[in-house]
Amino acid sequence: MSENKVFMIFQNTADAQPFISAFAQENPEATLNYQPGMVRIEGLGELGITQEVVSEFAGRAVDLQELHLTLISLSGNIDEDDDYFRITRH
Amino acid sequence: MAKKLNMRKRYELLTRGLGWEPTYQSKDKVFAQEAYEGIKITDWSKWEDPFRLTADAYWKYQAEKDKKLYAVMDSFAQNNAHLNLADASYVNALKLFIQGVSPLEYAAHRNFARLARQLSGEGAQIACQMQSIDELRHAQTQIHTISHYNKHFNGMHDPFHMFDRVWYLSVPKSYFDDASSAGPFEFITSVSFSFEYLLTNLLFVPFMSGAAYNGDMATVTFGFSAQSDESRHMTLGLEIIKFLLEQHEDNLPIVQGWIDKHFWRAYRLLGLVAMMQDYFLPESPMSWKEGWQIYFVENAGALFNDLGRYGLKMPKYHEIATAEADHISHQVFGIFYNYIHAAAFNLGLPSEAKMNWLSEKYPDTFDKYYRPRMEMWAEMAKEGKRFFNMGLPQLCQVCQIPMGFTEIAKGDPMQIAYRVSEYQGEKFHTCSDGCKTIFDYEPAKYVNAWLPVHQIFQGNCGGAAVPDVLNWYHFHPEDGGDYVGSADEARWKAMKGEAAAPEAAQPTQADAA
Amino acid sequence: MTVKCIQGEYPSVHMDSVDRFHGNQLVYVGWDHHTSICTANAYPLPPDMPFGALTEAVLPSVLAPHPDFAHIDWSKVEWLLDGQTFTPDMAKSLKDNGVGHKSLIRFKTPGLNGYQGTGN
Repeated sequence: MSENKVFMIFQNTADAQPFISAFAQENPEATLNYQPGMVRIEGLGELGITQEVVSEFAGRAVDLQELHLTLISLSGNIDEDDDYFRITRH
Repeated sequence: MAKKLNMRKRYELLTRGLGWEPTYQSKDKVFAQEAYEGIKITDWSKWEDPFRLTADAYWKYQAEKDKKLYAVMDSFAQNNAHLNLADASYVNALKLFIQGVSPLEYAAHRNFARLARQLSGEGAQIACQMQSIDELRHAQTQIHTISHYNKHFNGMHDPFHMFDRVWYLSVPKSYFDDASSAGPFEFITSVSFSFEYLLTNLLFVPFMSGAAYNGDMATVTFGFSAQSDESRHMTLGLEIIKFLLEQHEDNLPIVQGWIDKHFWRAYRLLGLVAMMQDYFLPESPMSWKEGWQIYFVENAGALFNDLGRYGLKMPKYHEIATAEADHISHQVFGIFYNYIHAAAFNLGLPSEAKMNWLSEKYPDTFDKYYRPRMEMWAEMAKEGKRFFNMGLPQLCQVCQIPMGFTEIAKGDPMQIAYRVSEYQGEKFHTCSDGCKTIFDYEPAKYVNAWLPVHQIFQGNCGGAAVPDVLNWYHFHPEDGGDYVGSADEARWKAMKGEAAAPEAAQPTQADAA
Repeated sequence: MTVKCIQGEYPSVHMDSVDRFHGNQLVYVGWDHHTSICTANAYPLPPDMPFGALTEAVLPSVLAPHPDFAHIDWSKVEWLLDGQTFTPDMAKSLKDNGVGHKSLIRFKTPGLNGYQGTGN
């Protein structure tokens, strides 16, 4: 069932890679769907990332709001703070 | 040392307390548009900010986005990267984009500035102000990006003039004018929720991915750069709906009515995008129907499941829109095939490979209904009798699209659907139950519609003959017609070294005359 | 439902009232189950024009290219005027046949159901 599906779509670029990798690692149930120029990350109920993991992938301290630079679209309710970003639908 | 404030607290400190209580005018007069629609707001402080992006962060990230975009555009121009396109016929999608979408971005900029002024809650004011600036950025970056194509291809020379006059551009224009001429809450429900949240993914996501697939990296970049703002806009759309429903139970039927109306209006408008998606991209990564399934059926299904706690239901006639997903792109293509001599872009019958792709993507409808039509038109063209519709179409009073949609939900998909209403002794024709319901609810509004066909007959569009009207639209004679034999095709072949440079543009219009 | 306004009544102008068409009235004519002609077409026509001129002059100007058109037996055509079946008197005017401003005339051609019977 897709009743509580949430998704994030990013440009498939180097700048977006730390975010994409973090979503993949921190949400093992999520699926990554690649289309030309973009990737759609889908999950059920919730998808989230932490600043720590994104920074690790980037090799520097990342401000999570940098995701605005490469985010294409999303679906779900946003819950964010300095150290995490989540979209939920329960 | 004091603990750093969390994001929510920081945002509140930066965005709240910016307003004041007026002293020499009543608040009702200062925010005169806020109450007349019947919406009841009891406490603006309950507003939850969508994305806690403070002004300093907003400017920083927007500047960064523009810097990246302009770097791509510069390198695109320097490298003549338009030569990397899969085929120049692809550019016709950009023509429709600059003619029909970019003016909407500008109109959105103006309207969100109005909302930033007319809504009295500070959080909403700031969100609307940022969106107003975003929309202006979109219009500008689209014009800049597409100006490179304008040097090499037809039809992109005067989009804002065309937008106010051209028969097919009255479709996006009338949709937006409908929202703009409503109150602030109807406008934001229409544009931020019904259009941006429910449907804008269908415009920007598969279509821009299609641009990538066809080698148009400049458009991908502006498209995705605009879409990165869209995530914030969609979140604003969702927040406004939740906020209105939480404020007062009397708001529910009003909001539901607006969602129903503007879903249908925006969906009808997206018929143009369906055609672009299935017929204008030489290589298509995803069909309109697949996009509809992912971005509407699944996504909106989950969303309304979520919003059900407020009593909100899926927009009226959504199941008809889903049933039409098998037909809509083919029907809109058919309309433009009939009238391409009066358009400022080119199209052509799909190739055999493209038709096979359409058969695969539309197994229930393409071979049964639409392939025979293509074959008939191909036969006529082969005999030198390419079919043009030399009359002017009956238009829907509400969506203003030529009345070419059919009785799909009634199981008669090859019969045009006709709906009619009587108002003050005059008949008003609509294309569907969706458009008729909208007309019947506010007939006094829709009798004011400026229907391009009727305006031509009334003598208000530069003359009675088609060339006079096209001249009044600021079309050049070589802007329309079939792609094969067009000035753009000739130029493309010359650019690719496949033919000599054309002496002059070929008058494709003459074929139709 | 009346349109909600900031003040007063919503200004409402009938943009297509019959007086704006220079003595003509608008008539829409659509051919059922022939969707390769994408819509009914709109024609500004004199109300005193005989109905027969519609089939002899007006419709051929748009519909003649369709392969079915030449095969139409006009005596067998089934007509709908504003949703009601009717039998036009070809010699009488549009007006005397009950065709008004913005009337929709539909016609069916039994046996001719579009290209290869597909409704095109």
